Amino acid sequence: MKSIINYLKEVICGVWSLLKGMAVTGKYFFSPGQIVTQKYPNNRKSLVMMERFKGEVIMPHNEKNEHKCTGCGICEINCPNGSIEVISKMITTDDGKKKKAIDKHIYRLGMCTFCALCVKNCPSDALAFGQEFEHAVFNRALLIKVLNKPGSQLMKGVE
Amino acid sequence: MEEEVKQTGINEQEEYIINMGPQHPSTHGVLRLVLSLKGEVVKNVEPHLGYIHRGIEKMCESITYQQIIHLTDRMDYLSAHINNEAVCLNVEKALEVEIPDRIKIIRTIMSELTRIQSHQLFWASFGMDLGGLTCFFYGLRDREKVLDIFEETCGSRMIVSYNCPGGLMYDIHPNFQKRVKEFLKYFRKKLPEYDQLLTGNVIFRERTVGIGKLSLEDAISYGVTGPSGRASGFSCDVRKHEPYSAYDRVRFNEILFTEGDTFHRYFARIQEMKESMNIIDQLIDNIPEGPYAVKMKPVIKLPEGEYFQRVETARGELGVYIISDGNKNPVRVKFRSPNFVNLGVLNHIARDFKIADLVAIGGSLDMIIPDIDR
Amino acid sequence: MNEGKVFSLYDFTALTKWIDTGLHHAMSPFWAVITELLIIGVLILIFYALIGLFLVYAERKVCAFMQNRLGPNRVGPFGLFQTIADLLKLLFVELVPIKNADKFLFNLAPFIVIIASFMAIAAIPFAKGLHAIDLNIGVFYVMAVSAMGVIGILLAGWSSNNKYSLIGAMRSGAQIVSYELSVGLALITVVILAGSMQLSVIVEAQRDGWFIFKGHIPAFIAFILFLISSTAETNRGPFDLAEAESELTAGYHTEYSGIKFAFFFLAEFMNMFIVASIAATVFLGGWMPLHFGAWAAGFNHVMDFIPPFIWYIVKTFFVIWLMMWFKWTFPRLRIDQLLTLEWKYLLPFNLVNVLVMAFIVLMGWHF
Repeated sequence: MKSIINYLKEVICGVWSLLKGMAVTGKYFFSPGQIVTQKYPNNRKSLVMMERFKGEVIMPHNEKNEHKCTGCGICEINCPNGSIEVISKMITTDDGKKKKAIDKHIYRLGMCTFCALCVKNCPSDALAFGQEFEHAVFNRALLIKVLNKPGSQLMKGVE
Repeated sequence: MEEEVKQTGINEQEEYIINMGPQHPSTHGVLRLVLSLKGEVVKNVEPHLGYIHRGIEKMCESITYQQIIHLTDRMDYLSAHINNEAVCLNVEKALEVEIPDRIKIIRTIMSELTRIQSHQLFWASFGMDLGGLTCFFYGLRDREKVLDIFEETCGSRMIVSYNCPGGLMYDIHPNFQKRVKEFLKYFRKKLPEYDQLLTGNVIFRERTVGIGKLSLEDAISYGVTGPSGRASGFSCDVRKHEPYSAYDRVRFNEILFTEGDTFHRYFARIQEMKESMNIIDQLIDNIPEGPYAVKMKPVIKLPEGEYFQRVETARGELGVYIISDGNKNPVRVKFRSPNFVNLGVLNHIARDFKIADLVAIGGSLDMIIPDIDR
Repeated sequence: MNEGKVFSLYDFTALTKWIDTGLHHAMSPFWAVITELLIIGVLILIFYALIGLFLVYAERKVCAFMQNRLGPNRVGPFGLFQTIADLLKLLFVELVPIKNADKFLFNLAPFIVIIASFMAIAAIPFAKGLHAIDLNIGVFYVMAVSAMGVIGILLAGWSSNNKYSLIGAMRSGAQIVSYELSVGLALITVVILAGSMQLSVIVEAQRDGWFIFKGHIPAFIAFILFLISSTAETNRGPFDLAEAESELTAGYHTEYSGIKFAFFFLAEFMNMFIVASIAATVFLGGWMPLHFGAWAAGFNHVMDFIPPFIWYIVKTFFVIWLMMWFKWTFPRLRIDQLLTLEWKYLLPFNLVNVLVMAFIVLMGWHF
């Protein structure tokens, strides 16, 4: 007799635990509350990334097309996997002195692991993280970017 | 020919050899298990590794200590922050740098958040291993909240790279404390749902209780650490026994069970989430002011010698062993990764159970394959 | 209702009679029968495809809502045409030839599965008079035919020369053989109450109250048992061991691709539909409106205005929704637990239940 009671108890407890689980999913079925799905390409306009989001490395330019990069190469040294290559050139300044300046600041997005060492260690704050995250391209060569814009110059006052 | 087949052992004629993986839904990555079956009963499990070997230890030998951080992120990607902390602590110990309280407390909070999100994903994927697909979505839904906190402060969601030798990469975001408190409030409400949906479920209990028992002796001799080891009664919490960062100033319980079966490996993680929330509770209002990083030399050179530091990741004990010859690169770096060691016990506990149990046992060990191969 | 009216939403008998006599007037009896067969075949085929596609959509939406998601929402309004797009994709997918597979059986298996579910539809009364064939052993026929699908599953597992498939098929075999018993006994409980196996008679007997209400507790228990065991029989929900994707990748249909996979997929959903319609017909009154006793005449009259076909669809989808709810809540059982559940729990309950029901019917205690 006892075994029969135990058997029935087992069945009832089991069914009760199943019903408790069903209550959870049932609750969400009827009142989902917050829907977690984002309708991504449709909400592109309203999509705001976190301000520190590490999308890609960029070199901010001001409206006069000037940047802060002195071409010191610290970012290149700090990069763990060689995504950054700084090609510098010698230019003559207005007062006739010869000075080192960047020719091309090459950034290989395809190799970058977003460790932020370049941005953090830049002595003149020339690099920053952009918020762009749609990096897909059809040609791998397009992932090699030149960060300084053509014709850009070193900002006045940055050594 | 017949005899040759017999000699290989794994090819005994009555046994049915199945390759589980490298592409298989329940191995959570590219682990390959060669199973010998007898009917549905698993007679032998032979893990084959190396499908995601990237040579992280070797790569570490050619880069500086700051750069190692971005590689340790990619070992156990679910406890990325804790892995980074291990390296940083080791370097700081070698340089004998005094770390301010602010850094220690932020690191502890971040580590515990990492642990929570890792266990949330464990819950999600364990439910999925057992066929309850809804768990996966609930787990990921709640994990998203932690990842948002990470993204706001660290700039990335999973591979955070937030630690650096000497402190942190940036200061915490002004919203950090508010968001963490919101999350704790939210998650305390959601956690009972986890229990209703899975822990108490009779099917789940049938599937896990008494399956894959690991005795205390075996846990110690195999070196199974983390929640898996503690479910067997192996008191191995590094946070308790060898406190680092701010763990010496918080009160928390080490979750210990004696049963050591799949259910208790699962349950230990659920309980650990609660403990982690308690730890964060104690610290979140007590972050002192101060710098977020100690000024370090741009090129860190460790004094000649051997250094070891262990931390408690979400899966067990991670040891970082560095040999330095005084240069800016380490001579040798060795990671004692918890997953590799925990995997070793799989054949021992999964033998003589069914395939479905193997999936449950493998899931309960919570393996991250990139950490096994490194 | 107007007797002269041929087409009525409430009674299809006149319409089907009219078509039948019309055809017999127009051609010889032989050709009339052939034409009727063709018409019914085409109608069922269209119905089958539509319901199948809709069920896939419904499943995805239901599970999405349970998981705080949106579900398909891209193709058409609310993603309604998503499954059609999926089907078109599956049609164009390459049929991968399997090395060392038993080609004939491999190609045959999906058809057996789909024909088994196709045949079962014929016996289901959708509304009054809307009934392809009213067998006097309707319940028995549906059970027998729907159990045939397991042959297809076994063949698929065996012939695709894949170890996972074979394990999946063997599991499925063991599962269906044992759960067939519970399904049968649960239905027998109602057959005792109704005193007939003919589905139209069973429906007619529920004019003044559905069997789930009429039959006291035993009928309710039988309904629950039927739900559990039929979920198992259709390889769904917590009983989807044959295709347990975390253990056996995809079980018996691992090696299938393209339209052959679509057949398995569609058959699974159609089996669910068939099982749900049996449950609706036998326990929930089929196309009968919700009626209480004579004391609620006004209510009964209002219910009569809803066409029977709507009643039938609503009930069926309610049962389907219940089965989806099971599937998206519970973890999967293990094979030995699956058999334990059947032989140690469902079968004894069923046997006692049949006994109790027989006793109740004998004493005339039912409503």
